[in-house]
Amino acid sequence: MSNRVTNLLVPIVSVVLGLIVGAIIMLVSGYSPIEGYAALWNGIFGDLYTIGETLRQITPYLLAGLAVAFAFRSGLFNIGVEGQLIVGWFAAAYVGVAVELPKIIHLPLAIIAAAVAGALWGFVPGLLKAKFRVHEVIVTIMMNYIALHVTNALIKTVSEGGDRTERIFASASLRSEFLENLTEFSRLHLGLLLALIMVGVMWLILEKTTLGFELKAVGFNQNASEYAGMNVNKNIILAMVISGAFAGLAGAMEALGTFEYVSSKGGFTGIGFDGIAVALLGMNTPLGVVFGATLFGSLKYGALNMPNAAGIPIEIVEIVIAVIIFFVASGYIIRLLLLRAAGKKKEAK
Amino acid sequence: MSFMDILYFIVPSAIFYAAPLILVAIGGVFSERSGVVNIGLEGLMVIGAFVGILFNLLFADTFGGMTPWLALIAAMVAALLLSLLHAVASISFRADQVVSGVAINLLAIALALYLVKSIFDKGQTDFISERFARYNVPFLSDIPVIGPLFFTSVYNTSFFAIGVAVLAWFVIYKTPFGLRLRAVGEHPMAADTMGINVTRMRYVAVMISGALAGIGGAIYAQTITGDFGHSTINGQGFMALAAMIFGKWHPLGAMGAALFFGFAQSLSIVGSSIPYIQEIPNVFLLILPYVLTIFALAGFIGRANAPKANGKPYIKGQR
Repeated sequence: MSNRVTNLLVPIVSVVLGLIVGAIIMLVSGYSPIEGYAALWNGIFGDLYTIGETLRQITPYLLAGLAVAFAFRSGLFNIGVEGQLIVGWFAAAYVGVAVELPKIIHLPLAIIAAAVAGALWGFVPGLLKAKFRVHEVIVTIMMNYIALHVTNALIKTVSEGGDRTERIFASASLRSEFLENLTEFSRLHLGLLLALIMVGVMWLILEKTTLGFELKAVGFNQNASEYAGMNVNKNIILAMVISGAFAGLAGAMEALGTFEYVSSKGGFTGIGFDGIAVALLGMNTPLGVVFGATLFGSLKYGALNMPNAAGIPIEIVEIVIAVIIFFVASGYIIRLLLLRAAGKKKEAK
Repeated sequence: MSFMDILYFIVPSAIFYAAPLILVAIGGVFSERSGVVNIGLEGLMVIGAFVGILFNLLFADTFGGMTPWLALIAAMVAALLLSLLHAVASISFRADQVVSGVAINLLAIALALYLVKSIFDKGQTDFISERFARYNVPFLSDIPVIGPLFFTSVYNTSFFAIGVAVLAWFVIYKTPFGLRLRAVGEHPMAADTMGINVTRMRYVAVMISGALAGIGGAIYAQTITGDFGHSTINGQGFMALAAMIFGKWHPLGAMGAALFFGFAQSLSIVGSSIPYIQEIPNVFLLILPYVLTIFALAGFIGRANAPKANGKPYIKGQR
């Protein structure tokens, strides 16, 4: 079996194993897995409206996945996508409610604000990693909590003691009548287009620019890159900043598209953490992220149908997702088993 | 309110908030000293909290006042089993330890909520009836100043946590087991050459971390929240991870950091009724532990060195 084929098989096997574990858990707790997965399927593809909503759910996952994947490619693990998303969400919503401008200025301004906020939240761990060799994993986790508490406090200030901001002005909204009419008035918005453009942007950066080449080189081997005359520290900071900007854009999708406001949160949205799974499943390539995000966005939205249609708690899908991450992370053992299975086949021949 | 009154108010509640953090942070020390990063502490705490509350609700009538303590054992076993999953992935399957830890966190909260909804048919459990008792330590509570600060209306669990920290210090620094544990985390190949079973040491260390995190979660749920829902353990595990780093991977350091974080947490909760402190916006107290950890990591508060082999799978024969 070629390396390429095993690389593709690992995520597929992981997804299948995840679904099997989910089925076993449903069976053990007295639910019917067939009913459960049928409800999940209908929750994803049931009618035009659900398809529209599924696509809407995929949008932030695309960007969160890109953020994690981009950092991974530069040898960095950005667990802070969640926090970067939260500050991006707030920044976009704030620009959306604070001023009213012509759409052509207002919407780009709100989007850029989100990207800048996310980038700033990625800059801190990047700088600390570059200057003090502090591991980015712990710093980004801490930055997540700081983002959560700080944005909650800011929302309170902006809304004068309330729990959520006003609705954003229409001039900052990503809503599109065309997409809504197409999907029986789902909340599908133009953000999907932006997210897909960003997939192309990431591909361009990584494959067609000197910067992308340097970032990947640093990801492969820092010492070799240093020796080749690259500025490793600058590249680490840049990688985290760009990754954070992608994450901030994911927040803009929620602020300007789906919800059109920001409310204070008791906990994390989970989108940033699922972004890790999306990136891993997509093997950190832009195209892979599209597949990963499609899978997770569909699972997440489809799960909402499970309690009503089959009486099964939606958490079963979260369990499936966790198991998939677990198996993707344990890719080594799956590879080994696949190779062994392939070897046996050869002997049998 | 005089200064002493404020202290009498805050110090006991700081210790009370710190107890679960101490236990979980010590668990983290064991795991990371053996070279296995355990981001999954949060998830292990969640499972501990869930099983602790569930056991308490199911058996309160049978065991009466002993229930909370027995619930700790149940929680310990459950979290230990979950930690095995992390051990298998990160030690035997050579998974990225951080990713495996993230999976443990997602799995634990999803599994616990799934079970809560399946069993109780709603988003959170009922409130427990049997709680840990608070009491005044005889004689010691009569000592002026120190008595009211440390020995009046205290929980046994606080003494238990401090006892575990001291015991952990003894085990890690004064016993052959501890020496092997540290050797495996610093230089697994050298340890292997000396005949130490690296894989077994790491399994044991991760299981200890699971057990302690489970107990910590159960103490948190049974003393502070009293029920279990999606936000019961909201970042406590990560706070413990921060305490472990802030305490420089040392059990007593971790305890000190956990006490400080407990202090910050209790300030952010009771601070609104204390003069001067109520002037400070709450958000600063909420983010204090996280900001301090970042400063500590950046070396502004003395250099901390993680165990050298932390986070790397050990592959026999590979240099």
